[in-house]
Parts: sequence; C-alpha cells; structure tokens
Amino acid sequence: MARAVTTRRKTINTIAAWAIGLLIFFPILWTILTSFKTEAQAINDPPLFFFFDWTLENYAIVQERSDYMRYLWNSVIIAGGSTLLGIVIGVPAAWSMAFVPSKRTKDILMWMLSTKMLPAVGVLYPIYLLFIKLGLLDTRFGLTIVLMLINLPIIIWMLYTYFKEIPGEILEAARMDGATLKEEILYILTPMAIPGIASTVLLNIILAWNEAFWTLNLTAAKAAPLTAFIASYSSPEGLFYAKLSAASTMAIAPILILGWFSQKQLVRGLTFGAVK
Amino acid sequence: MGQITLKQITKSFGDVQVIPPLDLQINDGEFVVFVGPSGCGKSTLLRLIAGLEDTTSGEIDIDGRDATEVPPAKRGLAMVFQSYALYPHMSVRKNIAFPLRMAGLDKNAQNAKVEAAAKVLNLTDYLDRRPGQLSGGQRQRVAIGRAIVREPAAFLFDEPLSNLDAALRVNMRLEISELHQTLKTTMIYVTHDQVEAMTMADKIVVLQAGIIEQVGTPLELYHTPRNKFVAGFIGSPKMNFLHGSYSSSHGAESIGVRPEHISVSKTEGIWKGVVGVSEHLGSDTFLYVDIEGVNTPITVRSTGEVGFRHGDEIFLTPDPEKIHRFDNQGLRIS
Amino acid sequence: MATQHSRSAARFMMAPAVILLLGWMLIPLTMTLVFSFKKYLPLRGGDLGWVGFDNYVRFVSSSAFWPSVQTTLIIVGGVLLITVIFGILLSILLDQPMWGQGMVRILVIAPFFVMPTVSALVWKNMFMDPVNGLFAHLWKAFGAQPIEWLSDASLFSIILIVSWQWLPFATLILLTAIQSLDSEQLEAAEMDGAPPLARFGFIILPHLSRAITIVILIQTIFLLAIFAEIFVTTSGAFGTRTLTYLIYQRVLESQNVGLGSAGGVYAIILANIVAIFLMRIVGKNLDA
Repeated sequence: MARAVTTRRKTINTIAAWAIGLLIFFPILWTILTSFKTEAQAINDPPLFFFFDWTLENYAIVQERSDYMRYLWNSVIIAGGSTLLGIVIGVPAAWSMAFVPSKRTKDILMWMLSTKMLPAVGVLYPIYLLFIKLGLLDTRFGLTIVLMLINLPIIIWMLYTYFKEIPGEILEAARMDGATLKEEILYILTPMAIPGIASTVLLNIILAWNEAFWTLNLTAAKAAPLTAFIASYSSPEGLFYAKLSAASTMAIAPILILGWFSQKQLVRGLTFGAVK
Repeated sequence: MGQITLKQITKSFGDVQVIPPLDLQINDGEFVVFVGPSGCGKSTLLRLIAGLEDTTSGEIDIDGRDATEVPPAKRGLAMVFQSYALYPHMSVRKNIAFPLRMAGLDKNAQNAKVEAAAKVLNLTDYLDRRPGQLSGGQRQRVAIGRAIVREPAAFLFDEPLSNLDAALRVNMRLEISELHQTLKTTMIYVTHDQVEAMTMADKIVVLQAGIIEQVGTPLELYHTPRNKFVAGFIGSPKMNFLHGSYSSSHGAESIGVRPEHISVSKTEGIWKGVVGVSEHLGSDTFLYVDIEGVNTPITVRSTGEVGFRHGDEIFLTPDPEKIHRFDNQGLRIS
Repeated sequence: MATQHSRSAARFMMAPAVILLLGWMLIPLTMTLVFSFKKYLPLRGGDLGWVGFDNYVRFVSSSAFWPSVQTTLIIVGGVLLITVIFGILLSILLDQPMWGQGMVRILVIAPFFVMPTVSALVWKNMFMDPVNGLFAHLWKAFGAQPIEWLSDASLFSIILIVSWQWLPFATLILLTAIQSLDSEQLEAAEMDGAPPLARFGFIILPHLSRAITIVILIQTIFLLAIFAEIFVTTSGAFGTRTLTYLIYQRVLESQNVGLGSAGGVYAIILANIVAIFLMRIVGKNLDA
C-alpha cells in the first residue's frame, strides 16, 4: 500500500527531479533553441536563451543546401524496410519457438542472441568486400538487409517474450475449431499480440534509425541516411551552429517522438526480456 | 454418433513413458469422467483423443474409423479448455462463430446457429461483449457455446470448472449435466475432483501414473473399489485404512472402512479411542478419533449432532458388511 | 509438447531466420579468419599469401595496441561507473512521489533516442568548442581560461558524451526493476527498525543486483563497439583510439586487411567473453 507523503517531501522530490531532468535534457533543448537563432546569435556571449529573434531560415537553408529530404527518405526506407522485413521473418520464427518448443529451442535463442554480440568491426572488411562484389555498396537495399540482420535477434527475442505470454490453449482451441496454421497466426495470434508487435516495431525503428556504424561505412552519396548526413557536418567551415542545430533537430525529432511512445517496451527489448 | 475406442495406445515424452499401453471403450452418449491425482496422465489422454498430441503407438478409433493420424479439427470433436481459451479480441458472437467461420459456413447460417446456442446457454444479452467483460461462469458458457455449435461427435472437457469459485462450480456442474441430458452427446470430462466425477459421470475412469486403475459407474467404484488406490481416491471424507491386528482378524493385509460406515457409542464398541477434533457442520459431525496402534486418526462421519468433544473417550464399531479387505498387493479380496 | 505436424511446421517457419543469421554469422566470420592469416593489402598488391600468425603477433606488438586497449578500458570503465552510480541514484529519485513524474521521465530518457552522430557533433561544437562552446562561455564568465576539451581532456570528454547517451538506458532499466520491488518488503524492513540507508543496502540494492548486472553487461557490449562518437569528435586522435577504432583504421584507412582482421578476431574473442556472462543471465530467465 502506498502511504500518504508529506507535501514538503513531495515538493523537494519534485524540485530535485525536475532540476536533474532539465539538466540531462538541456543539450537537446539547447540544440532546438539554437536552430531558431541566426548564426551570430548562436555564438553570442553571454548565451541567449529565449530572447532572440526567432527565425526559420536555418531549416530552409539546410534543406536547400543539403537536400535533407533525400536523407530523411533514405532513413525512412532503411529503418522502416529493415523493420518490416525483420517482422515478417521474425513472427513465424518466434511462433515456432514460443508454441512448439523443443529441446533445442533454448540453444537456438541463445545462439541468435550471440550473433547480435559479434563486434561489427570484426567483420567490417568481409561485408565491405561482399557489398562491392554484389554491387550493394551505397544502396538502400544493401543497408536495409544489413540492419535487418543485426536487429533480427532483438526482434525475435522481443516477439518471443510477448508470444510466451499468450496461453497456448487459445491456439489449440483455434486448431480444434478448424483453423489452419496460417489462419491460426493471422486471426488469433497476430491480433492478440498486436501490442507486443507494435512495440517491437517501434523499438526496432529507433535502433535502425540511429545505427551509426554500418550506415557510415557502407554508404556514400546515394543511400546515406540521416546519421551520415549529420556526420558530414563534422568538418566545419566558419559559423554554422544554427544550421547544425537545425539539421540535428530535424534528424532526431521523428525518433524522439517515437521513442517517447515506446519507453515502457524499451526495457524489455533492450534487455532481451530479462527485465520487464 | 460418438463412439471412441482406444486400442493399446501409448505416449512417451522423450524417454519418459507417461501412458503405458492402454485400452478403453467409450460408448455413444456416455458421460465419461477421467479422474486421478495431478500428473496421472488424464489430461494427456484427453489431448491424445483430441489430436493435440500424437500417440507414440496404438490406435484411436472414432465411430469405427481410425482417427489416429487425423488432425484435431477433422476428428469431429469439440474441446472446452481449463482456461476457457476464449479469443480475447473477438466478441462473444465471433468467438462462438469461429469454428463455423473456419468451416466456411455462410454468414446467415453462422448467425442462426450462434443465436440458438446463445439461447440455450443464456448468453443472448452478452453476444456483443468481449470475453474480458464477462464473469467466470459466463466465460465458461461461451466456451461451451463454441463447442456446441459445431455439433461434435463428442465433447472434451479439460478441468473446466477448476478456475471457478466453489458456489459457481456447483451451478456449472448442474448445467453441464443438464446439457448432457438435452444433447445426449458423448462427453469426456477430465477432473482431479472426485466429487465432480461421482456427481456427473455415467462411467468413471480412475487413472494413476498413466495406468487405468478401474473403470466403472460411480456406485461400483464406491462399493467395490478394485484396489486401495481407488478406495482411497473415491469418496469424501477419505476411507480409513487399518493394518496389523485390526486387519488380520479379517484375514487381510489391510482393511478399509469409510467414515460413514462407522457407528459411535459412549459405552461400548469394537475399537476404543479418544476424540481428537470434532467438526460440527449441523447436518453432519466429523470426528477424528485416535485409537491405539494407529498413527493417523480415524475419521468418522455421523449424521446430525453428536455430543462428543475433544478428549472424550469413544467406542467405534465398523459396519461388518461395509468393510473392504485388501491383500498385500493392495488388491481387493472379495 | 505438440504433434508431429506442428513440429515440422515449426521447423519450416524457423528456417528463414536461422538460415539468414547463420549466413550472416558464418560467411563474414570465416572470411575474417582467412584474411587474418594472410598478408592482404587491397591497394598494394592484394592477396600476398599466407603468413601464419604473423598478423596476430604484429597487431599485438604494434605500438598502438596497448594504448588502444588502455583507452578502451578507460572509456568502458568510466562510462559504466558513471551510468550505474548515477543511474541508481536517479532511478531511486524518480521512483519517489512527485508532481509531473511522467514528464521528468521523458526528459531523462530523451538522450537515448538521439543518434550518436548528432550527440557527438552537438557536444563537440556547441558545448566543448574552446571559442564558441557553451562551456567556454561559462568558464570565461568566471574569469577562467576555457579548456580545449577534446584535445586536453579528450578521454574525459568522450566519457562525458557517451555517459550522457547511456545514462537514460541504465536509469530506465533500474527504474523498471525498482518498481517491481514489493513495497511491503520495505515496510516490513521499516517495522523491523531499519533506517533508510540500511533499507537501501539490505533491500533495494540486492533487489537491483540482477538489473545492475544486466545493465553492465549489455552496456559493455555496446560500449566496446562505440564508433561514431570517436569518428565524429577526434577521429581517434589525442589518445582516444579504442581497439574498435584501431581495427577500423587498419582495415579501411590504411587498407591492411590482414592486420585488421587479426585485430577483429581479438575483438570478437573479447566480446564473446562478455557475451558468455550475459547469456548465462538471460538464459536463466528462459527457464523461469
């Protein structure tokens, strides 16, 4: 049972938590604020917080100069595509392991997890070489496949832990009622697992969107997503803070919103179901 | 029709044989109850009949046809699960209609059958609700409804009442019995509760460790249990067992006397003892009596109120006609 | 427990995932292993034949190896220390009753969703720049000489950036774990006369131990592989070259694939040692 807490204590908690929360959030807030300043205001000393001439010109310039939309589109295709593909492959696999477990199921799950732990840099050159040979370097398709593969273990694990919570009797009832395997998965399992599938999709889009090893090393001009777009700002030419901020804000905004929606499921996904 | 024959069926999980070769005949229209302690293989046996598990060897015939290799949905059987297994994302109507939809029935025919079943089960007002909005008893009825609409050759019930509270359990027990009277369809019912078995069954199958200990009508099992296990399992409160000098005088390794077959007296009787605990229920009184040379107290059931208290001296006399005698194998001596 | 039919269906439905992951693991891994035993310089002659364990010896004996191991350990250890300690404190604070709890939580976890390249760039330029960065303004306001963060305190700076990214992860997981603690346990301890510090030490911390272990292991795996943060800020200069970055440079920058592959094999072995511990814990959870 929760107990009544004194207002005084609650006030202290509130002030402390908000102070720390704002401190942690400050770099993001500062980036967003700076994106609305002129370049001169952006580096003003003392720093300007709210009282400056708000402007949208940075956003216009970023889009104009660097074709932000193209990178955004690449990010959407790669993150969305790899997630969708992962779900299509992951749902049947997770169904098998959750509802028709065998002696080897646990080993297979652990092995899948172990592939996730392979350090990317250890296989960088082989993948690079294969990509050149197969003509996949700097293509959205190639990157989609790689991101799908690196996140597939997480997808299967998350789906597995969600499926595990669905009583097997319900699927058996459907089987008794004459549903085929396809109907069983389509009409019974999937609708029941929608919340779990949705959080799996969400987490996976976030991971794919922010992936910054393969996206930097396997793309150039054509298929580069937002991670690479931002990295191109790392060699500065003069005053550019406001534009950097505008570009950054545009790159993180979509995922920040998605992330806030999925925060509860995040824990389960990132700990492979070990913490719920 | 609903005649099911099991011929020498066995089931193993890996190296563990949970059901040794087993034969059983279930006749059309019969209400058969599989009863036994948990882990005795009764649910596995039901799942073998349903087709949810493969038999390791042997043959299952349904209405004279070999159904051993037939998938569950094609066996013409309907099953009511312990957890009800309702589809939580579908309305009651859709739940009940699901097997019809899978069979490819058209919408109108589906609706007619669902409405009819709902009427029988008093679910008409709840057809558009989700299972989550129903009480335990109503969910149970939906699960039965889903089974009824298929007009199966036999109904399979897997401990259907174990998730209900005591009062509701009695009600549902009656409803299922009535349903059997109305439909006259074969029903196979699994439970660990011997009261359910005794009250509902035409034929009880007592199982232990995958082996059929006895098959018979409730009263056959009550009056002539084949061995000590069945004797102890059927009947409530449990039968008292006595050994040593108590049984040798009857020419047996051990004897069993049901609590209701012992009369009590303050002054005279065959066994002398001291009352440990007495439970007064109004209609009955249960006495737990310690007698010399017997470790567990003897349970005695007397009708009405009897004036015994803790520590009173008491004399017990078993009804000589109702003493069950067992040999050193635990088998009945007739 | 199921029928033969559903078991064969299960095998069929699992096949695509298993085959894909098997290919994804075995093909590159085998190639890396093969390369690591070769003198392989794609821009200077290509495949120059087998050299046995030469690359393994050379990778370890190169002057860059031990500093890179040291750098890796400092970064991983530093980030773990900061995120776990502050994560515990923060999660306990966030578990207290307060106004606007949900909003604070959102603020705290936000950095986790920022892509690594963005957070590295924002910190590098807008906070750590010695002329125009916010820290420089702050130092000047107090009359101090601004610090050249990424060259004079490069390791500390990188640890700060990475900790900022991972503190939300630790906090979120520890908070979830704290919330699963039965409050009756704490009340019982209080009735037994345990003061707050003792309640923390005897009830809360043991309850969190599993979650802390998981945080440490998962973060270690990700931290061993950090790349973008270094790529964007220092490109491995000023003593920030980690093992991962060293291998990356050998393979793609100096195009010495044999040498880099040998390093890759070392990295794989290192990651697997950590992974074994993590899998033990996750595996135990499977049996439950």
